[in-house]
Amino acid sequence: MGKMKGAVVVDVERCKGCELCIVTCPQQVLANKEAQVNSKGYHYVYMERPEDCTGCTNCAVVCPDGVLTIYRVKEEV
Amino acid sequence: MDIQEIIQPENLVYERTQCLTDATLSYCPGCGHGVIHRLTMEVIEEMGIQQDTLGVASVGCSVLAYDFMNIDMTQAPHGRATAVATGIKRCWPNKFVFTYQGDGDLAAIGTAETIHTCNRGENLLIIFVNNGIYGMTGGQMAPTTLPGMKSSTSPYGRDVELMGNPINITDMVSRLPGTYFATRQSVHKPGNVRKTKKALRMAFENQKLNKGTSIVEIVSNCNSGWKMTPAESNKWMEEHMFPFYPLGDMKVNGEMVEKK
Ligand SMILES: Cc1ncc(C[n+]2csc(CCOP(=O)(O)OP(=O)(O)O)c2C)c(N)n1
Ligand code: SF4
Ligand code: SF4
Ligand code: SF4
Repeated sequence: MGKMKGAVVVDVERCKGCELCIVTCPQQVLANKEAQVNSKGYHYVYMERPEDCTGCTNCAVVCPDGVLTIYRVKEEV
Repeated sequence: MDIQEIIQPENLVYERTQCLTDATLSYCPGCGHGVIHRLTMEVIEEMGIQQDTLGVASVGCSVLAYDFMNIDMTQAPHGRATAVATGIKRCWPNKFVFTYQGDGDLAAIGTAETIHTCNRGENLLIIFVNNGIYGMTGGQMAPTTLPGMKSSTSPYGRDVELMGNPINITDMVSRLPGTYFATRQSVHKPGNVRKTKKALRMAFENQKLNKGTSIVEIVSNCNSGWKMTPAESNKWMEEHMFPFYPLGDMKVNGEMVEKK
């Protein structure tokens, strides 16, 4: 059986650092960039643990600002 | 597998809808308005009705909705959105028409318009965002504010002896003969977001039937007005708003839904 692998692309300038995607992700993939901000001063989100992403889209679905684009592929083993 | 191998056009499963403009939403970080805008536009995109939909923004934080929704829109004076939408729909009965209103707009100054639009059974959709407060003007008490809930004009909590009871207006209008579909949803969790989208889709589809008014209430957060983080506000909403404003359908296809 193949395992689902996902990837999240963050539109950094759109992100407001609200953290709703972070608390929603069932795999704890996402985190705020603590040391970096976008041009509006928000600590934007990034994939801290990309290897655990399944591409389930939950984070993108709850994001109020349409920041996240999701890709998903079945990894053949 | 390398991330760059996954990020390929053929693997795309979710992207921001083209029916939203490129403008940055004016809402506070974490505010439910953004999700509700996106869902409305996703449904319009999926139905292929971008050129045939006319929206009416109201007064409240969503006053600028016409800057964000890439369709023809206008903006009504406070509370009058459904009256303006009635005029639009009667002039263009074949277009899809919706209003986008907060609880201050729809259930305070716009109470008369809301009730009469539903009672007349105007063939349009009311998207009602209930955050229990006047968000835009600084978190004042609204007719929908819960008993005991703090707001800038009820700093010790709403005292129903003095300030009256909150109003469950969707439940009220669901009982009017002109109302064809009435439901209450939320957008704080992925499952709820998906249900809200289904409800919006059904409401837009209903307009083809010409059977009456659809109202989709979304209980939403106002994390700034409630003075909480977005995640805290969603939790507070589950614990306090949902018992008073239970989620679910009230009327479907013109029939009241029996409560179990
Ligand atoms: C005729 C009139 N009266 C009062 C106001 C002030 N006002 C602006 S927004 C608003 C309430 C908005 O609250 P709500 O509809 O709940 O929307 P939210 O901002 O919470 O999304 C009020 C009273 C106004 N703009 N026009
Ligand atoms: S939910 Fe959206 S805006 Fe909020 S932190 Fe995540 S990506 Fe940024
Ligand atoms: S797609 Fe799913 S697993 Fe991947 S970051 Fe988003 S919520 Fe987490
Ligand atoms: S004030 Fe409240 S309703 Fe308005 S944008 Fe901010 S969080 Fe949203």
